[in-house]
Amino acid sequence: MLRAWMLRLAGMLPNAERERELADEIEGHLQMHIDDNIRRGMTPELARRDAILKLGGVESTKQAYRERRTVPFLENLLRDVRFAIRQLRKNPGFTSTAIVMLALGMCASVAIFAFVDAALIKPLPYRNPARLVGVYENVPLIQCPQCPLSYPDYLDWKKLNTVFSSLDAYEHTGASLSTPTGAQPASGARVTDGFFRTLGVTPVLGRDFYAGEDLPSAPRAVILSYAVWQQRYGGKADILGRTVTLNGAPNTVIGVLPREFHFAPAEPAEFWTTLHAASECDLRRSCHSLLGVARLKDGVSVQTALANVTSIAQQLEKQYPENRGQGAGLITLSEAISGNIRPILLLLLSGAGLLLLIASVNVASLLLVRSESRKREIAVRSALGAGRGRLVSQFVTEGLVLVAAGSALGLVSAVWVMQLLTRLIPANMLARMSFLDDLGLNVRVVAFAGVIALVAAVLFSLTPTLHFSLSETRGALAEGSRGSAGNTWRRLGSKLVVLELATAMVLLVGAGLLGRSLYRLLHVDIGLRPDRLITMFVAAPDANYGKDVQAIALERQVVSRIESLPGVKSVGISSDLPVNGWGDTTWLRILGRPWHGEHNEMPERDVSSGYFTTLGATLLGGRYFTEAEDASKPRVAIINQAFVRQYFPGEDAIGKQLSFLSDPPKPIEIVGIVEDIKEGPLDTTNRPVLYIPFNQSAGNYFNVVVRTLQSGPSLLPTVAATIHQIDPGIVTGGETTMSALINESAYLHRSSAWLVGGFAALALLLGVVGLYGVVAYSVSQRTREIGVRMALGAQRSSVYRLILKEAGWLTAVGIAVGLACAVAAATLMRGLLFGVRSWDVPTLAAVAAVLAVAALLASYIPARRAASISPVEALRAE
Amino acid sequence: MGDKADVWQGTLALMVLKTIEALGPLHGYGIARRIEQTSGNLLSLNYGTLYPALLKLEQEGSIASEWGVSENNRKAKFYKLTRAGRKQLQNETRNWEQTTAILARFLSPSEDPA
Repeated sequence: MLRAWMLRLAGMLPNAERERELADEIEGHLQMHIDDNIRRGMTPELARRDAILKLGGVESTKQAYRERRTVPFLENLLRDVRFAIRQLRKNPGFTSTAIVMLALGMCASVAIFAFVDAALIKPLPYRNPARLVGVYENVPLIQCPQCPLSYPDYLDWKKLNTVFSSLDAYEHTGASLSTPTGAQPASGARVTDGFFRTLGVTPVLGRDFYAGEDLPSAPRAVILSYAVWQQRYGGKADILGRTVTLNGAPNTVIGVLPREFHFAPAEPAEFWTTLHAASECDLRRSCHSLLGVARLKDGVSVQTALANVTSIAQQLEKQYPENRGQGAGLITLSEAISGNIRPILLLLLSGAGLLLLIASVNVASLLLVRSESRKREIAVRSALGAGRGRLVSQFVTEGLVLVAAGSALGLVSAVWVMQLLTRLIPANMLARMSFLDDLGLNVRVVAFAGVIALVAAVLFSLTPTLHFSLSETRGALAEGSRGSAGNTWRRLGSKLVVLELATAMVLLVGAGLLGRSLYRLLHVDIGLRPDRLITMFVAAPDANYGKDVQAIALERQVVSRIESLPGVKSVGISSDLPVNGWGDTTWLRILGRPWHGEHNEMPERDVSSGYFTTLGATLLGGRYFTEAEDASKPRVAIINQAFVRQYFPGEDAIGKQLSFLSDPPKPIEIVGIVEDIKEGPLDTTNRPVLYIPFNQSAGNYFNVVVRTLQSGPSLLPTVAATIHQIDPGIVTGGETTMSALINESAYLHRSSAWLVGGFAALALLLGVVGLYGVVAYSVSQRTREIGVRMALGAQRSSVYRLILKEAGWLTAVGIAVGLACAVAAATLMRGLLFGVRSWDVPTLAAVAAVLAVAALLASYIPARRAASISPVEALRAE
Repeated sequence: MGDKADVWQGTLALMVLKTIEALGPLHGYGIARRIEQTSGNLLSLNYGTLYPALLKLEQEGSIASEWGVSENNRKAKFYKLTRAGRKQLQNETRNWEQTTAILARFLSPSEDPA
């Protein structure tokens, strides 16, 4: 049996010799029969006739033989595919439009899905990742639900909790790596000893940290990321045991992490060192620097765990005054890693899905038009004996060929688009989204594409089949292409167009709202002039610059050297850059008011005397710092408007005294008030900020802000070189412009606005093309009717009106339906909007107007064709 | 046509095999004539149906073919029985005899009226 099938499959290959043998055999058969017949006395003609009759026809015998030789079903399929390709090639306009539309929808959805998969679906590269949670302190006062823990709090939580099988902590750090050519900036993370064991990650080379290896007494050890091992150390195994000098301290390399390992909250991180908690901040309960990661005990839910750590936090609040107002926060690790981009990814996936919907509907209606115009051909074929099944299988094959071509094109372009999109993400943002590292076509993405292709294939083979069943083939042969089916199609086609226009409307409204949000976001008053501002960070080694005097001397040297550079207008120094975040907070109290340990926490910025003028900030009262104000002078501070609003409403804040939480309090006098500078992300509200003179709170890690005379970025290398001239051991990095920093802060808003905008533009195009198709088809169907109307005296203007009325009606319904859906959709995405309401009337009105104008243009072309119909020819036609 | 043809498919193969066994290597035309003659011209065989049947048997390995020259000097394909074919013939003959015997009992006038 199997042998027979193999032979039959082989028989499908075209083979001239077999055909000749078959012909020879039949011919031999006939000749022998004819010989016999003649011998029996027939005339040669009669003899041949009888022989052929007895055989049952030469061709039908050969065909029966061939069908036995091959697999008729497959043979038919192959022939159908060949026929379909020929048919599709004969109509390149239709074919390429259908394939391109399908590819477009496919490409957009698959590319976006690949990102969704990498960020949200693909399991994290840890053991049983669903049991891992991120552990935080929740500080409502500074609107920080996922705030870092202090080291003493971490130790207490670790000791007291009953819900975690392990709790560890980590912190992303910058690092300076000593190399033979001077210090280089590097990235790193400090982790507690059990960090990798909690995650369930084992180094590919070497060993994990020992228990207790994170204590200050233990020798310093470092585990390398796979990438840094490959790039800096050539991937050699002898790296183990070598010494790497980080921040001036020698660390022994003990291991290398697996290639697929990533841990976005601490990344980019090349060097993973142990905590060695000994710094001033580590020992202070009010210094919050560590993020927690824990593995839940079996059977413990996130809620249960949260209740447990919350009760611990409450206990600590009672025990330590500096813990007041601090609760606990717990989220799943996957939420911690990609939770912030989830809404945007889902938004983009929905957008791509809608585009795919429009594209599919468009192709389906194209197929309908096509099968309508092929009614005659089909009628002829069925009259010539093509069975219903064969006709249907022909439609199915055509649908499959279209889907196959469209999917292949879509898939290939999706890979390209994925790479393009990744390249559009700013490098340092990408470094923090390490889960995107192995973005690409994997099993899930290909399966997703397969499902789309399958649905499309079903849709595209069902549409013409359905249409075929609706129409009467026999009638079609008799009376040409007019008949009831034309109306059926027109009704179905119109519904499809309404669907398309409504979908386009939803996407356009989405894009409009996101665009307006982005505009609002970029035009938020950030309290400084970002043009021609450049910036970089400076990290000076603790050994030579750890003391305040040394740091102040360095800062003065940096400022004066850069200021003397040609093209530089002014230079400022700050412990943190604007727009970066509301972190790096301090606690204080207001002197002269009763204080019972209230939690007054706010960001503190240590800034140089020239900082505010360099930024272009606005002084609202008092004065800026002077260069002479150092530790020898009375302590001073500048506060922002939000500070005044919150703590000195209706009072003159200048001259009031503050104090950090020291005993006895050391007074700090408020000497100035600046307009709010946006220290955190653009979409956050302004909070109280405290500015302290750098010279009274110096540090050896700071940011330089330079206002240049001409375009800024070209000066960055010169500025960096100038700093390195002071001391090659100083590390600089993060060279950028203030504008770029601001743009980056709006990155997610920007990318979603652009991508959804792109989807919407395509949707508009497709929707309008769809409308054009319906109207144009309707005109072609009504040529005769229009001819009659005109012969009976109808004016061209009334023909225009006739056609435009139809189009206008469809557009109006499409816009109305779209409006309702758009408001609903916008309500769903209101979390992503900034400064715009989901029912923003100008956006809705503008989108409706755009769609209406585009639809009018699309229907004007066929309307003009209708109006230019010559009645004589229209009536004579057919 | 449909139902009858199905019945024929099975029996035709058996007739072909039996004919070749009886006469030795033979061409299609000869097989057709022989079947007609053996049936006492009761069967009106459409010769064309023979060729797909021969091909099927050849694909299944029951017969093999080679080109030769007929008695009156015509080029023809000769079919001969293979060992597998011989076995198949035995099996099918037995099956057929069984079937006909059973059918005969059904169709013969009842000898036992009780």
